[in-house]
Amino acid sequence: MRIIVPIKQVPETKSVRMDESTGTVIREGVESIINPLDLYAIELALQIKEKLGGEVVALTMGPPKALEALKEAVAMGVDEARLVSDRVFGGSDTWATSDALSEAIRKIGNFDLIICGERATDGDTGQVGPGIAAFLDIPVLSYVNKLAEINDDECVVHRLIERGEDVSSCGYPLLLTVVKEVSDPRLPTLRGKKKAKNLDIPVWGEKDLGLDASLLGLKGSPTRVAKIFRPKVTRECEMTVANDHTSIEAACANVAEFLTRRNLI
Amino acid sequence: MNKNDYKDIWIVAEQWEGEIQEISFELLTRGIALREQRSCALNVMVFGDDISERELRGLLARGADKVLFVKDPALKYFLVEPYAAAMLDIVEKYSPETILAGATSTGRTLMPYVAVKAHAGLTADCTSLEYDSETGDLLQTRPAIGGNIMATIKTPGHRPQMATVRPKSTSPAPILKKRGGEIVVETTTFTPISKIKKMKHIPNEDEISIQDAEKVVVVGRGLKKAENLPVVRAFADEIGAALGASRDVVDRGWLSYPHQVGLSGKTITPKLYIGLGVSGAIQHLAGMRTTENIIAVNIDPDAQIFKVADIGIVGDMFEVLPELAETLRKHEVKQ
Ligand SMILES: Cc1cc2nc3c(=O)[nH]c(=O)nc-3n(C[C@H](O)[C@H](O)[C@H](O)COP(=O)(O)OP(=O)(O)OC[C@H]3O[C@@H](n4cnc5c(N)ncnc54)[C@H](O)[C@@H]3O)c2cc1C
Ligand SMILES: Nc1ncnc2c1ncn2[C@@H]1O[C@H](COP(=O)(O)O)[C@@H](O)[C@H]1O
Repeated sequence: MRIIVPIKQVPETKSVRMDESTGTVIREGVESIINPLDLYAIELALQIKEKLGGEVVALTMGPPKALEALKEAVAMGVDEARLVSDRVFGGSDTWATSDALSEAIRKIGNFDLIICGERATDGDTGQVGPGIAAFLDIPVLSYVNKLAEINDDECVVHRLIERGEDVSSCGYPLLLTVVKEVSDPRLPTLRGKKKAKNLDIPVWGEKDLGLDASLLGLKGSPTRVAKIFRPKVTRECEMTVANDHTSIEAACANVAEFLTRRNLI
Repeated sequence: MNKNDYKDIWIVAEQWEGEIQEISFELLTRGIALREQRSCALNVMVFGDDISERELRGLLARGADKVLFVKDPALKYFLVEPYAAAMLDIVEKYSPETILAGATSTGRTLMPYVAVKAHAGLTADCTSLEYDSETGDLLQTRPAIGGNIMATIKTPGHRPQMATVRPKSTSPAPILKKRGGEIVVETTTFTPISKIKKMKHIPNEDEISIQDAEKVVVVGRGLKKAENLPVVRAFADEIGAALGASRDVVDRGWLSYPHQVGLSGKTITPKLYIGLGVSGAIQHLAGMRTTENIIAVNIDPDAQIFKVADIGIVGDMFEVLPELAETLRKHEVKQ
């Protein structure tokens, strides 16, 4: 079983700060991590490999610094890694990102499964997984929260949907997007870290992927950011201390009044 | 590509066992407002096998000009390949200027798949939509970076322009009497193949999921132990709310993962969020801060949750809760 896991390096959410005057995000000095939801994808891939044998390849598109994310994946037990990095990929939206990643996946070749995180915590679209599947013309099972069965011919998964779980089976090649519940990510090991240090990770640019230049980066992206602004803070919290019978009663009466005013009861 | 070759607004309605889902009516509300701006038609596409005429008429009664029902046994429930093929057929045949779908598990899977094949721009999880009157570009606004900023996205050089819309971010379109409109039933022109086989469906134990609920009561670690849950559950039931949880509560096994609100759980936009013993960590806020009305009970006056709340009660949830239930009960009687 050959499994490819596309992972994204994202800024650590806790350290995201805003420039209050411009309403933009300050990127300098922000620590980068593997998209937390991609760790579940990596873990699931490793478990499948442990069961069926084979190989797990981590793939990312990003700046040279994204090598760190790949090394961390290797330290967790991933066998190989590829970095897609080139200035021309800058400004890619989910269409162009899916295009470049699917091309890299073609170049890696010979895969059975692709496992993506449900969404990245920075872009937060969840569109890249299904997008890659569309470029590769393979089926996608999204929101997978449980791998019920897997063998060399097919797998059975549970999908977490609005009204419950759908149980589906599918053969390969297949792309899964997974949610947190699917696995419990392991920590990097010392041995893994050593391996990561010595592993040669190929970096692929535009030329290596042989993509049509007009479809890359910002040029190839159908969407444009027209404006970024800070949401109006209309909320002003009305605080009440409720520490004895009278104040609790007053606080609750206030809630009832609020709910009535807003037509909620 | 000539932008003028594309016209009209199309929404993707969702059905479950033949019943049109509420998100479809919310999309109609969006579509009706946009139709006004653009002076064009508002059409609905719906995929399924067995949908009654009455259900389809409901879409017209709520404001659609045309309903196109693509009917095939392979479209009975959502499977990405036949659904995408059916939708691409519509894109090919009708050249829609704008396509809206719900940011549901179906919409968020189908739309990116189709957008890639149609080389269309797609914006996820929009909370507000409006046309630029000159260019006809749809200005699609969505929260980004955990709700810290809003981004407005457009698709200047491509059509169709596609967007998924957050469930519950608007109210469903009401039924209007005496509306005309056309229902077209089509069969698929392609051979619908799906490599995926749906084997079964396991329904939720809870009646409403936190994403569908109008009101959500969320518990945090302030709950202290699972044995305290019944009090909160009873309160939630009483006010007709679904039960949500912070990650710490889910990690401790007090509630299951589908209840989790936040970055690695669900993003919810109910009308009312009541947080009990939730500290309001940034990862939690990411999943709920765009809620319209927020009430928080926390013993710590400095809890972050108060920063996004409308009403903050600094107190012990176990003392406040019974009183609150009682007050609301009395209030009901008075009404
Ligand atoms: C990558 C990543 C993803 C994450 N994703 C999520 C996510 O999706 N959702 C999520 O929720 N968290 C998420 N977290 C975790 C998040 O950072 C917090 O740890 C978590 O939200 C805290 O949960 P809590 O508010 O229940 O617990 P705590 O932070 O421990 O807060 C408990 C609160 O209860 C109050 N309290 C205690 N006793 C009482 C009482 N008797 N009455 C009233 N109040 C009381 C305390 O004052 C305190 O504020 C994520 C973290 C990371 C790193
Ligand atoms: N630049 C990237 N490189 C590799 N994988 C990515 C990249 N962007 C997104 N992905 C994958 O696609 C998933 C969804 O991301 P997104 O659509 O950006 O929310 C992530 O969890 C990753 O698995």
